Amino acid sequence: MKTLDLGPLSLARGGHLALRRALSSLADGESLRLSGAEPELLVHARGLARRWSCPFREAGADAILGPPTAARWAGAERAGHAGPQGAVDHPPAHWGLAARGAAVEAGSPAFHFALDQRDEVWSDDAGRLYLQAAAAQWDPATIVDWSLPVELPAEVEDAVVQVMTFLIENETAALVVPARFCAQVHPHFREVMQVLAIQAADEARHIEVFTRRALLRRPAPGLSTAGGQASLQTLVDEPDFAMASFLLSVLGEGSFLSLLRFLDQHAPDPITATICRLSATDEARHVAFGLSHLERHAAHDATLLDRLAAAVEARHGALQHTAGLNEEVFDALVLVAAGGWSPAELQRGWDAVVALQTEMHAGRQVRLRRLGFSEEEATRLSGLHTRNFM
Amino acid sequence: MRPFVLGAVAYDPKVVTIWDGFKLFFEERGLPFDYVLFHNYERQVEAHFAGMIDVAWNSPLAWVHTERAAPSRGRIARAVVMRDSDQDLTSVVVVRTEDPARVPADLAGRRLGVGAADSPQAAIIPQWSLAQAGLDLSRTTIVRHDVLLGKHGDHVGGERVAAQALLRGEVDAACMIDSNLLALHADGTLPAGSVRVLHTTAPYDHCNFTVLDGVDEATLARFNILLLGMSWDDPTVRRLMDLEGLKAWRVGRLSGYASLQAACTLLGV
Repeated sequence: MKTLDLGPLSLARGGHLALRRALSSLADGESLRLSGAEPELLVHARGLARRWSCPFREAGADAILGPPTAARWAGAERAGHAGPQGAVDHPPAHWGLAARGAAVEAGSPAFHFALDQRDEVWSDDAGRLYLQAAAAQWDPATIVDWSLPVELPAEVEDAVVQVMTFLIENETAALVVPARFCAQVHPHFREVMQVLAIQAADEARHIEVFTRRALLRRPAPGLSTAGGQASLQTLVDEPDFAMASFLLSVLGEGSFLSLLRFLDQHAPDPITATICRLSATDEARHVAFGLSHLERHAAHDATLLDRLAAAVEARHGALQHTAGLNEEVFDALVLVAAGGWSPAELQRGWDAVVALQTEMHAGRQVRLRRLGFSEEEATRLSGLHTRNFM
Repeated sequence: MRPFVLGAVAYDPKVVTIWDGFKLFFEERGLPFDYVLFHNYERQVEAHFAGMIDVAWNSPLAWVHTERAAPSRGRIARAVVMRDSDQDLTSVVVVRTEDPARVPADLAGRRLGVGAADSPQAAIIPQWSLAQAGLDLSRTTIVRHDVLLGKHGDHVGGERVAAQALLRGEVDAACMIDSNLLALHADGTLPAGSVRVLHTTAPYDHCNFTVLDGVDEATLARFNILLLGMSWDDPTVRRLMDLEGLKAWRVGRLSGYASLQAACTLLGV
């Protein structure tokens, strides 16, 4: 018979851990003699034995206990392995919220995570991108000197406000889309969930700084157009993760990367330049994740590229009767880049915006080629991308 | 086919969850089943004799009441199944650590805090057990903590209130089930070292499924077999068993009710 002497330790003050440990080492038919100096040893041992369903009897001042007859963990299974290589192809619904690699008790409730196929969501870069993003979080309150003087000609300030207004609604779409899919990814794919969550957090910060800049010298933001919102609605309403992430991250945020760099370069004031530069750094990560998991997905699913192409075409079809990039935004970009009203300045601004669109087109083609589209197809699809940039 | 109807007392909202779960469990295994919830055990015992229910999930006191009333009504009561956790409970009487009382008789002339007056575990059995151990109950002030009378102390409420009264010095001793002493230590109601056990009762049994003569024996056999066949190792029924606080069902036994019967006689309950 095994023995356990608890000495002065009470079963009501942590001693139950030692008892459970000793009981778990018993083989069937074995028993444990429990002794101790604490006067309530038997009272507590009896209560615990009943709770754990262990045979119990008194033997003088000691208790004799047997192993628990019911084993909660008997049917438990490991939810894959903890490391990045440990994700399984199709985690079952009842693994639920368990940490990857945890022992999941049999009978755990089934959760309905729509994105539960590894090939649909996984990227080997997700863990790295998440860590990078976590390390690169910046504080809008301290990283930007909001007290810097911003004294622009009235129309240029109005143009900046209009561009900020456009950025805010685009960044809002870029928050809503990953946030929605984040809640649909099986938590077994932890790194993907984390990347999407931090992506949403990035966008929350972008919305904050663009709003703050818009309201720095004006009491209200500028105009929001029906065409602009219609374009974004096609993103927000896209139910398929691969399609949404292709349209949003690869094409939309990819184009936005060029736009933010353009604004950094041409901003008429240092605050606008700083917030656009910081946001562009974040957007680059979003684009990298979108490309990375779609590249992997395409390698495992021969039909994906055709479906992505169809999504671009469908979106183009849905938007072809809308106005495209609104005149207010286009003109505001020209004016921001011009910085003034002289003919030379206006022409420089115009040329810069035309160059921006050319750069966006080129960037989209590079990314489409990376996913595996032919040069010709990449050119055609990039041309169909929304004139609204995102 | 007429369903087999169980009666239970609604001492907590989870009772609905439990019996809804059991209804599904029985019906999936081909036993039509239904249940009726009562506000208190007295009403349930009456309804049982009136034929409204086939089986009663009875507190030990409700069992004793049924068993005692049966002969005068020309009926026979049986306890058919109980939980493993219904067997061999003890209750303890605790005092503040610094209290001078060393044996039960030392509580004479002092205040004994009990749970609800109809709680076998926190009032009836401990009083009887203390008397057996030498306490003159007629010289002891019994301070009742009547939380949810009629539910026979099926909840920790009265025991917790009695324990709190003990710490505040409003009573000199408090009664509770052994496992609730652990629970009240664990949740901080009774800080470590604040109380000590003055007296422990002999082991006794708690709830059981009670039937009366005339029950459909074939249906009852099916009910018993399904219950006794439930395995806590089966994850599909474990949730129900956890809610009802058991690891296994046991065949009902009557050996664990002697102290309660004697206590009821002594106290006129």
